Amino acid sequence: MLNIKNLSKTYSSAGEPVHVLRGVDLDLRAGERVALTGESGSGKSTLLHLIAGLDAADGGTIRLEDIEVTALSDAGRARLRRNRIGLVFQQFNLIPSLSVADNLAFQARIAERHDAAWTKELVERLGLGTLLKRYPEQLSGGQQQRVAIGRALAIKPSLLLADEPTGNLDEATAENVLALTRDLVTRTGCGFLMVTHSLHLAATLDRHLTLHAGRIA
Amino acid sequence: MSVDRISRRAFAGGIAALALARQAGAQGYAGLGEKADGFAKVTPGKLFAFPGDHGPHPEFRIEWWYLTANLVDFSGAACGLQWTLFRQAAQPGPQGEGWANQQVWMAHAAVTRADTHRFTEVFSRGGVGQAGVTAKPFDAWIDDWELKGFDSTDDRTLAPLALKASSTDFSYALTLEADRPVVLQGDRGYSRKSERGQASYYYSQPFYRARGTLTIDDKPVDVSGQAWMDREWSSQPLDADQTGWDWLSLHLASGDKLMLYRLRQKDGRDYPFGNWISAAGETQMIAGGDIQMVPKATAEVAGRKLPVEWQIAIPSRSLSILCKPLNPKAWMGTGFSYWEGPLSFAGTHDGVGYLELTGY
Amino acid sequence: MRRALWVLAVLLSHWRRHKMQFATLLVGLIAATALWSGVQAINQQARTAYDRAAATFGGARTAMLVAPDAATFPQELYVKLRRAGWPVSPTLEGRVQVNGRSLRLLGIEPVTLPVEIGNAPRLGASDLSSFVAPPGQTLVAPETLSDLQEAEGASVPISNGAKLPPLRVLPHLAPGVLVVDIGVAQRLLNKPDQVSRLLIGQPKSKPAALASVVGDQLQRVEPTAETELERLTDSFHLNLTAFGLLSFFVGLFIVNSAVGLAFEQRLPMLRTLRACGASARLVNTVLVVELVALALVAGLIGLVCGYFIAAVLLSDVAASLRGLYGAQIPGQLSLRPEWWFAGIGISIAGALVAATTSLIKAIRMPVLTTAQPRAWQQRQRRWLVLQSLAACAVFAVGLLLLGYGQSLIAGFGLLAALMLGAALILPALLELLLLAGQRAARRPLALWFWADSRQQLSGLSLALMALLLALAVNVGVSTMVETFSRTFLGWLDGRLAADVYINASDNGQGVAIRNWLKERSDVQAVLSGGRADTQVQGQPVELLGLPDHALYRERWPLLEAAPQAWTRLVPGNAAFISEQLSRRLNVRIGDVIEVPAPGGNWELDIVGIYADYGNPKGQLTVNVAALIRQFPQTPQTRIGLIVAKENIPGLIGALQKQFALDDRSVADQATVKAESIRIFNRTFAVTSALNAFTLGVAGIALFTSLLTLANSRLPQLAPLWAIGITRPHLAAIELTKTLSVALFTALLAVPLGLLVAWCLIAIVNVKAFGWRLPFHIFPLQLVELVAVALVASMLAALLPVIRLARMQPANLVKVFANER
Repeated sequence: MLNIKNLSKTYSSAGEPVHVLRGVDLDLRAGERVALTGESGSGKSTLLHLIAGLDAADGGTIRLEDIEVTALSDAGRARLRRNRIGLVFQQFNLIPSLSVADNLAFQARIAERHDAAWTKELVERLGLGTLLKRYPEQLSGGQQQRVAIGRALAIKPSLLLADEPTGNLDEATAENVLALTRDLVTRTGCGFLMVTHSLHLAATLDRHLTLHAGRIA
Repeated sequence: MSVDRISRRAFAGGIAALALARQAGAQGYAGLGEKADGFAKVTPGKLFAFPGDHGPHPEFRIEWWYLTANLVDFSGAACGLQWTLFRQAAQPGPQGEGWANQQVWMAHAAVTRADTHRFTEVFSRGGVGQAGVTAKPFDAWIDDWELKGFDSTDDRTLAPLALKASSTDFSYALTLEADRPVVLQGDRGYSRKSERGQASYYYSQPFYRARGTLTIDDKPVDVSGQAWMDREWSSQPLDADQTGWDWLSLHLASGDKLMLYRLRQKDGRDYPFGNWISAAGETQMIAGGDIQMVPKATAEVAGRKLPVEWQIAIPSRSLSILCKPLNPKAWMGTGFSYWEGPLSFAGTHDGVGYLELTGY
Repeated sequence: MRRALWVLAVLLSHWRRHKMQFATLLVGLIAATALWSGVQAINQQARTAYDRAAATFGGARTAMLVAPDAATFPQELYVKLRRAGWPVSPTLEGRVQVNGRSLRLLGIEPVTLPVEIGNAPRLGASDLSSFVAPPGQTLVAPETLSDLQEAEGASVPISNGAKLPPLRVLPHLAPGVLVVDIGVAQRLLNKPDQVSRLLIGQPKSKPAALASVVGDQLQRVEPTAETELERLTDSFHLNLTAFGLLSFFVGLFIVNSAVGLAFEQRLPMLRTLRACGASARLVNTVLVVELVALALVAGLIGLVCGYFIAAVLLSDVAASLRGLYGAQIPGQLSLRPEWWFAGIGISIAGALVAATTSLIKAIRMPVLTTAQPRAWQQRQRRWLVLQSLAACAVFAVGLLLLGYGQSLIAGFGLLAALMLGAALILPALLELLLLAGQRAARRPLALWFWADSRQQLSGLSLALMALLLALAVNVGVSTMVETFSRTFLGWLDGRLAADVYINASDNGQGVAIRNWLKERSDVQAVLSGGRADTQVQGQPVELLGLPDHALYRERWPLLEAAPQAWTRLVPGNAAFISEQLSRRLNVRIGDVIEVPAPGGNWELDIVGIYADYGNPKGQLTVNVAALIRQFPQTPQTRIGLIVAKENIPGLIGALQKQFALDDRSVADQATVKAESIRIFNRTFAVTSALNAFTLGVAGIALFTSLLTLANSRLPQLAPLWAIGITRPHLAAIELTKTLSVALFTALLAVPLGLLVAWCLIAIVNVKAFGWRLPFHIFPLQLVELVAVALVASMLAALLPVIRLARMQPANLVKVFANER
């Protein structure tokens, strides 16, 4: 479903080129849950951003289902994110001025694929039923991350990408959130790629890849 | 007829609009049938005296100096011109000084050729010298338009005279000469208009020979021909049931002159009047029953249907002619609008003349 | 479309959570639009009135023929010209007293009146007859009718006993004019067969050359697009416009800071939107749409406020214009649709300009956040350097204008350069001051105080700039008004030499009054004056005739005088010149000036220059006997009396009784002075009101800036609180900080304001009005203003500070819990 070939990305920092990715190959099947680890600066987040179309690659191809992500324009990538990709960040990135309910429905509405029944199910499974009218600042970190995951899954994405989703959470909460995410990914049948520092959490997924010096080890 | 002509024209046109006394305004059109209280009355038996009667008669309500000319240019093409000065008193009584003077003056000028018809009008208040008429030396003027006599001008013939008028797109200057005296119309100058006493004082000079320059769009052309002046004054306005008139002045090739008009009434009837003036200057009224005036063709001008062609017969004079306009579009779109233009005729007699149509 | 609406809803949700910020943004836009539109409404009203006046049956909008000495001329010339083909129409003008008011009487000749005369009111054909035929009509504007407190159809007597024809209202006529038939005017003004002007219509043919008809008795005056009134009042309106513009910019400062903060706060939201698949174009478009929509709403509210501001100010403006220039402005506000569109337009344009930097930032924003180094210091330094350079450039332009500028516009340009430059350089000055403070600081808290103030500078600087400008303008305008006020009062004391003033209705009455006065023992002296109008070098000039009397020598103030000036005036070959005329004609003492008089040119040596405040016309003062010799038509109706104070009321009463004089025709010095001062005060009422408005807007700017800053300052304050400084203590520090920068700004505003005042007095006034005033400084007023500024700043700072002092510790804790 996700098919990456020879992907490369170079940044320039203080005039010096930094080769972050040097030919990454990766395949991910529908429904497969994959953890990606690696030391700081190994290019984990960059890889994730390239897959999500938040940034453009310098070489190689990314193919998501029938779409070649690397060939898309800016607007095309925005459409791709809107309709097929769920994104979860370490910082939650909820919209502070919207209530939990609105935050949940937000991406689905922009994508014009809001499904009330599915959203309701997400609310139940994520245990957000009592929090719908609250605002993000009134939630704990775990609660906020659950809202973020709900928002990402509300569009029934083909691929859920998570960048250190539990980085700001304590261990117990992190396990709990991840367990919920695993269940929901199974329920929707989408692919799941998670960047994490925690080998322990990485071990709970189907496959565990390590990025080293810009390549999948 | 011309009293009616003037009064109607003057009232509906600029002059009356400018001024006329409150009571006149209050009476409105229908009120014109009323008596002209305070103004001098037209009575039979007046003895005309010249040059005095060439000048204005301010004690009468209305008066005009009306000149039409049938001319040809060097190529023989026909053309015509009109120059008219109207006087109307807004109120009877002593003449006011300066701007308080109650006389209002209006003038129309027009030139007509087969291919064009130009006209214009000017207004002026009396009392300050902007417009007026003096009898001796003869001078009738408004702004820079003028009909002016010379030292040599003869009071009996009212000739020679110099005429000029100008507008944005045309101008003319003519000298007029005549060797026969002016002619009294109607009954020794008393021209009766209705059974109810409406009448005017009316005399003409139909024997002018004209020569001069006509300029249209800055292109001057020398012209010469014949001209006809009507002088008329009155105080009695138009009858309420009279809707308009058709008037002709004709220069016959024989040298005779013919003046004809018919007054139309609301009920559809009309009453013709006429004077035959021999080439020697003798004048004779023509009985109404002896005049046949039949419109033959109409032209549509300014949204109106106008009878511009006439079949005319006077059996007693063995006259039967068909009159055709030089330019059917000779519409005077002035404040008070009417049709006035040169014509030519053929039949038992040939000649040229002027036709005036009002109330259409 | 629905997608865009969802994005818009998300963007708008921000305001729901930040109501104060929203209010700030709206207030800024409303204030900017309201003051600007208000001033525009007043200007538009005045211009319309000038147009009406100019178009009144051939004002300045029509070409005309006049006599070279501007006197009336015989009607016979009119007839000559008509008969030579000139399409002219005569008018006769004069002034008449009706119900104690002096009004312009205009006689027209409706039959020849050129039809193409601009937007002059038309008389219909049927109206014409009632206008010309006895008893005729007097056409008046609706305003004039109500001023006269008469009903339509009334036949009102004028002061010489004659009656005006019945009044009739003509809606678009200029106020203050009575239009009658020329014949009626000649009778009422007692000028038989005389006319003032001939209006020239479209020629019907080619008229003869003017000189061949009337010689040099008449000269042609071409129509002017700008009327004399417009020229005279230009400076006044420029003044208003300058104030409106200033308020507009101050309002935009508010908008800028509110929008800037809102965008800053919404950047994460924008990123999330983009990450969730809203395209950049969609987000940017919606951002602009949101701004335009807000500007539209605020613009509409601003326009309504502007309407009320204009309505409130209009009566004062009208009084000023009448007092200063004799311009008649209707007191009822009537606005054209253009005004509404222009107001909305300026609101939207202003909002877009104010938000430009924020919008550009949003448009250029990358989806991915790169860890941003806290380089505010570097950025701030670069910004300060750039701004200071810009300030220097602006000052340089100002110097150029000072050196080479000649016009009034250049004067205002200099003012603008001065203020803009000062505003631009203010943050740099403050930075230097704060840096010095920081270097001198020893205790850690003090060090933090200075350093933190510096960091706050960029956020506060716009508001401080606004405060600086508003204060400087305030200082400048107050100083000018006060200076003018003192000079004017002193001058008035000297100018109003006589104790009682009489204005007889005509020469006959003048003679009768003088004879009657001779018999009175309570009259110490009778001073007969006279006034005539002429033109010098194409300018209308008033000739004032004064009698030779010791009183004038003692009291009449001269700015400059040749030796024996008053004595030299007596033979009639010398004159004093008013300051503004001397500037306009570039005439000095010792120069000779030629005045066209009916009997030929009159040569006058200039032996004195005097102030003639508030007179739109240039004036020459000569001996009255000489004036009457040269201008025999001069009405000898002005009489001044020297009377012992206790005898004044009795004498005035007797005069009124004997000659049926009304309040306007006889008045004592105190009354005349009170009237002059009343007009004067109203003249500056508008200036003061706008001044106050501007200061108020600047106060709002400061307040909103502080408020928005306060919200973003928690992260800076929380650590201090955490290390043991109490909330009230923190609040006190915050307050001190605000007040000290405000104080510094206010202190800086004082010299700037004095410079502004100097510009106004020495440059703008001279160019606009033609008079220069001595420059005074009023220290008490300055102290007062600084105090007001501090109080305003304190009030502005108080709410955020109170909020800080009362803040729940939990909120401060949160800073450490999850933010950043």
